[in-house]
Amino acid sequence: MANIQLKAVRKAYGAVEVIKGIDLDIKKGEFMVFVGPSGCGKSTLLRLISGLESITSGDMLFDSERVNNVLPSQRGIAMVFQSYALYPHMNVYDNMAFGMKLAKSSKEEMDVRVRKAAQLLQIDHLLDRLPKQLSGGQRQRVAIGRAIVRDPRVFLFDEPLSNLDAALRVQTRLEIAKLHHDMSDVTMIYVTHDQVEAMTLADRICVLRDGKVEQVGTPSELYETPNSLFVAGFIGSPKMNFLTGDHAAKYNCSTLGIRSEHITIVPEGQGAWSGKVVHAEDLGSDNYLFVEVGSDEPLIVRRAGKLDIKLGTQVALAPQDGKLHRFGADGKPIA
Amino acid sequence: MTAMDIFKRTMFYFAVVVIVVVAVFPFYYAVITSFKTGTALFRVDYLITKLDWTNYAAVLGGRNFIRSIFNSVFIATTTVAFALLLAVTASYALARVRFRGRGLLLMVILAVSMFPQIAVLAGLFELVRFLGIYNTPYAMILSYTIFTLPFTVWVLTTFMRDLPIEIEEAAIVDGATPWVIITKVFMPLLWPALVTTGLLAFIGAWNEFLFALTFTASETQRTVPVAIGLLSGASQQEIPWGPIMAASVIVTVPLIVLVLIFQRKIVAGLTAGGVKG
Amino acid sequence: MTTSLTPPRRERSLQDQRARAAFWFLAPMLVMLFCVAAWPLFRSIYFSFTDTTLSNLYGGKWIGFDNYLSRRELSSGRVLWRGTLVDPAWWNAFWNTVRFSVVSVTIETILGMLVALVLNAEFKGRGFVRAAILVPWAIPTIVSAKMWGWMLNDQFGIINDILLNLHIIDQKVAWAANINTAMFAVLIVDVWKTTPFMALLCLAGLQMIPRDIYEAAKIDGVHPVRVFFKITLPLVRPALMVAVIFRILDALRIFDLIYVLTPNSDATKTMSIIARQNLIEFDKFAYGSAQSTLLFLIIAIFVMLYIWIGRVDLSGESGK
Repeated sequence: MANIQLKAVRKAYGAVEVIKGIDLDIKKGEFMVFVGPSGCGKSTLLRLISGLESITSGDMLFDSERVNNVLPSQRGIAMVFQSYALYPHMNVYDNMAFGMKLAKSSKEEMDVRVRKAAQLLQIDHLLDRLPKQLSGGQRQRVAIGRAIVRDPRVFLFDEPLSNLDAALRVQTRLEIAKLHHDMSDVTMIYVTHDQVEAMTLADRICVLRDGKVEQVGTPSELYETPNSLFVAGFIGSPKMNFLTGDHAAKYNCSTLGIRSEHITIVPEGQGAWSGKVVHAEDLGSDNYLFVEVGSDEPLIVRRAGKLDIKLGTQVALAPQDGKLHRFGADGKPIA
Repeated sequence: MTAMDIFKRTMFYFAVVVIVVVAVFPFYYAVITSFKTGTALFRVDYLITKLDWTNYAAVLGGRNFIRSIFNSVFIATTTVAFALLLAVTASYALARVRFRGRGLLLMVILAVSMFPQIAVLAGLFELVRFLGIYNTPYAMILSYTIFTLPFTVWVLTTFMRDLPIEIEEAAIVDGATPWVIITKVFMPLLWPALVTTGLLAFIGAWNEFLFALTFTASETQRTVPVAIGLLSGASQQEIPWGPIMAASVIVTVPLIVLVLIFQRKIVAGLTAGGVKG
Repeated sequence: MTTSLTPPRRERSLQDQRARAAFWFLAPMLVMLFCVAAWPLFRSIYFSFTDTTLSNLYGGKWIGFDNYLSRRELSSGRVLWRGTLVDPAWWNAFWNTVRFSVVSVTIETILGMLVALVLNAEFKGRGFVRAAILVPWAIPTIVSAKMWGWMLNDQFGIINDILLNLHIIDQKVAWAANINTAMFAVLIVDVWKTTPFMALLCLAGLQMIPRDIYEAAKIDGVHPVRVFFKITLPLVRPALMVAVIFRILDALRIFDLIYVLTPNSDATKTMSIIARQNLIEFDKFAYGSAQSTLLFLIIAIFVMLYIWIGRVDLSGESGK
C-alpha cells in the first residue's frame, strides 16, 4: 500500500560505513528482493527501512512522507525474522495478537483478524499451542501470520527460509508467492542471499554489493542484460561462463560472458571454441557438459535431454546470436 | 582391563569419596553434636547415638533466637525484593541499549560489589545514625543494598544479554516500548534467572555479618549470624556448644535444601556472575 | 540527524526512545548506589582526615594526614612519628591479610581445579558429588566458623582425636587459640568453605572446552599431563583469572570468619578486623577510618594492576 523512496541513504557504525549512499524507489504493491553476498549490507538496509536502525544521513520516504525518525511500529510495517522470533511464552493466538493488544484494538476486531490470518495460513488448529510445540514450518507460518495481523503497508522478510530444510523451503516459497498474489496492494521487501529465491519471487531485484546498489531490475532484465560483471556472475545458475585473455580479446573486451544454455555444439571447424569434455552432469531433463577450451575454468554447456556425449570427446562450440555479453576492464558492459 | 587401569579407577573413586566426605562431614558432625548434652558432648562419636532434642528446645525456647530468624527473613527478603526491582530495569538498559560509557558503568557496578565493606562502614554508620535507623532492621536493609544491588544487576545483565535480539525486535515492530518489552516479553522469559539471582542475593544477605554486627545493639534486633556468633554461656569459659550446633543446624538446613533444589540454576547463576562476566 | 526542520512530536527515533528509557531505568539504581556506596565511602575518607569520635560524629576537626602519619618534635629534640603507617599493629594486620590471601587463594585454586577435573569426568553419581560440594558453600560463614571451632577444639575436638589416633600428633593442640596454629586453623576453614566456589567456576570453564579437542589429542597420543598444561589450562585461563581475582578481593576483606573463629588473636588479625576494632570498639573512629581507607586504596591499586597486567576483560563487553 505504500511506495518507499530512499534518497542518498547512508548508515555508519562509528567509522565503518555499511550503507554507502543508496537511492531506490520501491513501488506500491511491488515484491522487491534485496540480494547480494554476505556483508553487502542487504540486511542492514532492510533494518533501516523497518526503523530498527536509524539512518545516518539521507532520507527515507513512505508515500512521500519522511519517516527517518518514525518508530517501527508507526511505520505500518510488519517483519518476518530469520529465526521467526516468536514469543516463547505466548501461545500462537497471543503471538499474533500481541501487536494489536499493544495498540489497544478492540477484542472483537483482534479476534476477527487473528482468526482470518490463521485460516489463510491453515494454522487455525494450532492457536492454543506454544511455539516450542510447533514444527519449523509451522513456526514460520505463525511468524507470517503475526505479520499479516498487523495489516501492514509494507511486509519485510529477513531471510525467512534459511532455517528450513530444502523441501520445506520450496513449499514455503510458493506460499509467500501466493501471499503476495493475495495481498497485491501490500509492498513486500525480501532479503536473501539465494539468487534462486530472488529470481522466483521478485517483481524486481535489487543487487547489492559492498553497501551500494549494483543493479535494480526485473529478474529477466538482470538475467539478460546485467549491467556489470558482478551481477552477471551473481544471477543465474549455473554461473555465467566468463572468458578472459585471448578469448575475450577476439571480441574486443576484457571479459566475455556467455550463459550455458546459449552455447550450442556445432560441427568441427565451425565453432568459436573447441575442446574436450572433461566432466558431465546428467540431471535427467537437462545435462551439463564441462568443456576445457583453454580458459581459466571449463565452459559449461547446458543441453536438453539425456546425456549422449562421452567424456573426453572433442567438441566444437558456438555462441547463439546476440547472446554474448562483453565487459570492459572496469566490469561494465560494452554496448 | 589392565592392572594399571584398575589402579587408576580405584584412585579416581578414592578421590571422589574424599571430596564428598570432606565436603559433608563437618556439617554431619554438627548435626551429631546438636543431639548431645552434658558429658556426651565431650565424647567423640561418628554416629548419632540418641535423638536428644534438648538443645533445640533450648535454642527455640529462648525468645531471642526466634526473633533473630524473623529479623533475618524480613531483612533478606526486603533487600532482595528491592534489589531485584531496581536491577531488572537497570540490567535491561545495560544489556540491551547501546550508549556511551556502558562498559565503564558496568565496571563501576562490579567494583562496588567487590568493595571492602569496611571501607564504607564509617560513612554508613553516620548515615544510619543520621536517618535514625540504628538498631533497626532498616539499617541492614539499607546497607545490604551495597552488595545485593550490584550483584543482581551484574548477573541479570549477563542473563539479559543472552536473550535473542530478534525477539526484542519483533516486539519493537509490534509497538512495544522498552517498559513493555521488559514486563511482557523479557520477564516471563527471565523468571528462572530472577529466581536464581534472587536466591543467591538472599543467601548473601542472610549470611552477612559485619554490618549486622555493627548496626545492632540489642539482642532482639540481631540477625541469625550475629546471634550465633555471639551466643555465649553462663560464663566466658563455658561455650554452649550443644545449643550453638543446634542453632547452626536450624539456620543451615533450609539453605542447604534450597541450594540442592535449585542446584543447576545456582551453578548457572554463579558462573554467569563469574566466568562469562 | 541531517534535517534542520523541527520534528513533530511523534518523530522521535527508536534510538532516542531507547536512550531515554535507559536513562530512567538506570537512574534509580545509580541514585541508590550513590547513597549506599559513593557517599559513605566519601564520608569515610573524610573522617580519616579528622579527629571525629564515635560519640561525636559531627564534632571532628580537620587534622590532615595526622591519622596516617604525623611528625612531632619534642622539646628534647627527639622526633616522634605517629599514625597508622608507623603502627606495628597495622603492619601486623597488613601482613596477616596478605599472607592469608595469597595462601588461601593459591590452595583454593589448585584444589578447586583438581575437584573440577574430577567432576568433569563422566562417572556414576556425578550429580550427587556436585550437590555435596555445594554444601560448604551454602553454609553461612559464621556457622562454619562455629562448626570448625568445635571440631578444632583443643580438649574435645574431633580433629585432635583423629590425629592422636593416627599418631600424627602426640598431644592435643589448641588450633584456634595457639598463636602458632591460629592462622592454620583459619586457612583450613576458608579453604573448606570456598574451594567449592572455585571448583564450580573451573568446572564451568572446563565444560566450555569442546570435547573434540581432547579426542584429537588422544588420537595424537599426547600424554594427559601434557594435555592439561598445553590445552586445558590455557583454555580455562580467562575464566580462571576472573575467578581468582574475585577470590582475592574476597580474601583481602575477610572479617567474619576470623572474628568468630580466632577472636583477639594477633596471629590472625586482618586489616578489616583492626579497622573495625578502632572504629567501633576502641573509640578511635577517625583512626579506624584511616585504616579502612588504606585497605580500600590497597584493593583499588591491586585491582587496577591485575586488570592492567592480566588484560582481564571483566565487563564481558568484548565478547559481544
